[in-house]
Amino acid sequence: MAAETARRRFEYEKYGPLIALAVLFIISAIASPYFLQTQNILNILRQVSYTGIIALGMTFVIISGGIDLSVGSMVALIGGVVIFTLNWALGFFGRGGEFWAIFLALIVGVLFGAGLGSLNGLMITAGKIAPFIATLGTMAIFRSMALYIGSAGVFRSQSSLYPELGMGKLLEIPNPVVVFIGLAIVFSVILNMTRYGRYICAVGSNPKVAKYSAIKVNLTRFISYAIVGGTAGLSAVFLSSRLNSISSTTGGLNYELDAIAAVIIGGTPMTGGSGSMFGTVIGAITLGIINNMLNMLGVSPYLQGTVKGLVIIGAVLIQRKRSQ
Amino acid sequence: MGEVLVKTSGIAKEFSGVRVLDDINIEIERGEIFGIIGENGAGKSTLVKILSGIYTPTEGGVSFEGTDVSIGDPIQAKAIGISMIPQEFNLIKELSVYENIFLGSELTGKGFLNKREMKSRTVKLLEELRTSIHPEEKIEKLSVAQKQMVEIAKALAHDSKLLIMDEPTTVLTQNEISILFDLMRRLKDRGVTIIYISHKLKEIREICDRVMVLRDGLIISISSTDDVDEHEMARKMVGRELSQIFPEKTVPSDEIVFQVENLSVKNTLNGISFDLRKGEILGFAGLVGAGRTELAEAIIGIRKKESSSTVSVKGRRVEIRSPIDAVKNKIAYLSEDRQGSGIITAFDLINNITLISLPSYSRILLDRKLQKEKAQKYVDEFNIRAASLRTRLEFFSGGNQQKVSLAKSLDPEPEVFIFDEPTRGIDVNAKREIYHFINELVRKGVSCILISSELEEIIGMSNRVVVMREGKVTGILEGEHINEEEIMFYATGLKGVA
Repeated sequence: MAAETARRRFEYEKYGPLIALAVLFIISAIASPYFLQTQNILNILRQVSYTGIIALGMTFVIISGGIDLSVGSMVALIGGVVIFTLNWALGFFGRGGEFWAIFLALIVGVLFGAGLGSLNGLMITAGKIAPFIATLGTMAIFRSMALYIGSAGVFRSQSSLYPELGMGKLLEIPNPVVVFIGLAIVFSVILNMTRYGRYICAVGSNPKVAKYSAIKVNLTRFISYAIVGGTAGLSAVFLSSRLNSISSTTGGLNYELDAIAAVIIGGTPMTGGSGSMFGTVIGAITLGIINNMLNMLGVSPYLQGTVKGLVIIGAVLIQRKRSQ
Repeated sequence: MGEVLVKTSGIAKEFSGVRVLDDINIEIERGEIFGIIGENGAGKSTLVKILSGIYTPTEGGVSFEGTDVSIGDPIQAKAIGISMIPQEFNLIKELSVYENIFLGSELTGKGFLNKREMKSRTVKLLEELRTSIHPEEKIEKLSVAQKQMVEIAKALAHDSKLLIMDEPTTVLTQNEISILFDLMRRLKDRGVTIIYISHKLKEIREICDRVMVLRDGLIISISSTDDVDEHEMARKMVGRELSQIFPEKTVPSDEIVFQVENLSVKNTLNGISFDLRKGEILGFAGLVGAGRTELAEAIIGIRKKESSSTVSVKGRRVEIRSPIDAVKNKIAYLSEDRQGSGIITAFDLINNITLISLPSYSRILLDRKLQKEKAQKYVDEFNIRAASLRTRLEFFSGGNQQKVSLAKSLDPEPEVFIFDEPTRGIDVNAKREIYHFINELVRKGVSCILISSELEEIIGMSNRVVVMREGKVTGILEGEHINEEEIMFYATGLKGVA
């Protein structure tokens, strides 16, 4: 008896977000003939990939029972550091070494992001500060540092090749989308098929049991913050390469909200303990389609936040009904 | 025959098409103490949850004080005079004792809370329970037994006519149990009716007027407790004669495999020393608060030991600073708090069983097949009743959860196994299975520490018994000295240096 209800509930949890996306997709296709054009679909995917990449890392953090509010500010700060590195490396490697300069910038972006994430992780685990508070603090700090080193202006790259990274395509699919989907697959494998994945669910579900079960609870949580930092770094690289620059004031602004929203809409509970990378991808795309539709239907951009907010609240409401 | 207070007619309850309770017809009189016994899953909790408005019956109805009532929720139940003291506590740990007692029915005067009145009534209630708990104490500071008393006080505060107690004594000491029984008798004299669920047949006989046996959702018998003995009750519960509950004791070897010397924990434990031989069951007896669980937690590195403490495994001194070190040194711990620190209820059977030993199932990716095989092995070995290996543990009965918890601790192949209340809140049959399992372990040369508040269990299982009191060892008993009287002397401080 119990098993049956368990299975039924499980399926619902797994496919709920996908069904919602399918419905939205059909409505959009009917509402606008332009919607189904390949270029439009690819555009939507590219737009969501910047926050989507971060949402994948955020999924680990939320499953572990935490939250990271600082990722948006992180993007601006990392973006600045990436552009500085790129400009410096262009001089260092000379004319023939532009490819290597870009490669170096990419590596520095991811590592610096992981470093900033580690800082959050340290405060939360070793410092025992609540994740919300710790990352609220660093959210302010990272943004202010980005503004300071960029004098509240725009970091501009001197490379002519750099935009290729963000604008380029692989088999007609924009690079950021390839990275987003590829990373989703890798993270999904980590979450479902490795020890770390199991541990992070255990820690999020019941940290006391995890501790008694000889799991390194703090290390497990720490790593999740380092991962989300790394994804913020990746996002910063692709964002800055697309425009060949990044703004210290608006770069990555509100990204934390979109990333968290994608995770939640994707069915990962805020209370942690379980979750799905696949769901997060669905969540990110759902947000992207909503934005796209509102644009095409000519809804005022000022109202779009309202719709987004309602979708997030709706998703949480459905989740709560499910868990009852 | 006195006046009938509550009457059920043909109550049945189904969950997803499965009948867990069928054709329940009972009449309980005013001022009666009515016992309900049965194995886990027999339907006891389902029945009282129907009476207290948590579940609605699929068929049948309830009449209370002669009128048919439909009890939609616990608030309605409370309004007509039915209160339930749940198995799992329903207290808010951040609030104080009196705030919990009057939660949802706060006394007010002129729109403000009348704290003074609530506090003085709380004091009166607690006095009646012969417990000295300060009304302003926070719940989280209380011991388990004290929380139980607060739950009872909370039910009494509402002038209940029918009080339902679901296994209230599992966490109480002998002394607290007699206070509780004393109180129950006084309530009975006042005309309060009590439904009393317990696994402890001796208590049922002591306190109840009549006892009902449930099995697989059906009433097997209702009889006066003067007419049935414990043996017969047990037989009716399981539907067959119980063979001897405790297995024959084995003789341990002389080799000392585990030694604790002068172990102290700040404000909790003081200079604990003992040794454990290969294949031995070393019982740990004592009253609640004697520090036995704290000792186990100190051994496995959950609590910080003072620097003077030494722990040796096979004569070699080891430093255990966390459960990770404990697992490395082949020490396993089965926690008394099954759901709090033993198993992850949101995880399925496989993921729970392999949680500690996960490194042995993976290089980079986890070996799903191996995990599944291992889990299946434990399911067969321990007779775990599960719909599938992928069923989440929240859907398991207490006994089956405990077996999973056991399998989980056992999977890293420990040499020293610490059992903390391994049979708390599980039925006779599962208990017996666990005793036989422990016995099999020691036969294989594993050494066991058995912490238990059930003296019968300690006496029936242990080769030697360590008695603790107030964070100290007061005596280590062997052979014929292992008996109820002797243990209680040491546990209460009548014997031994405390």
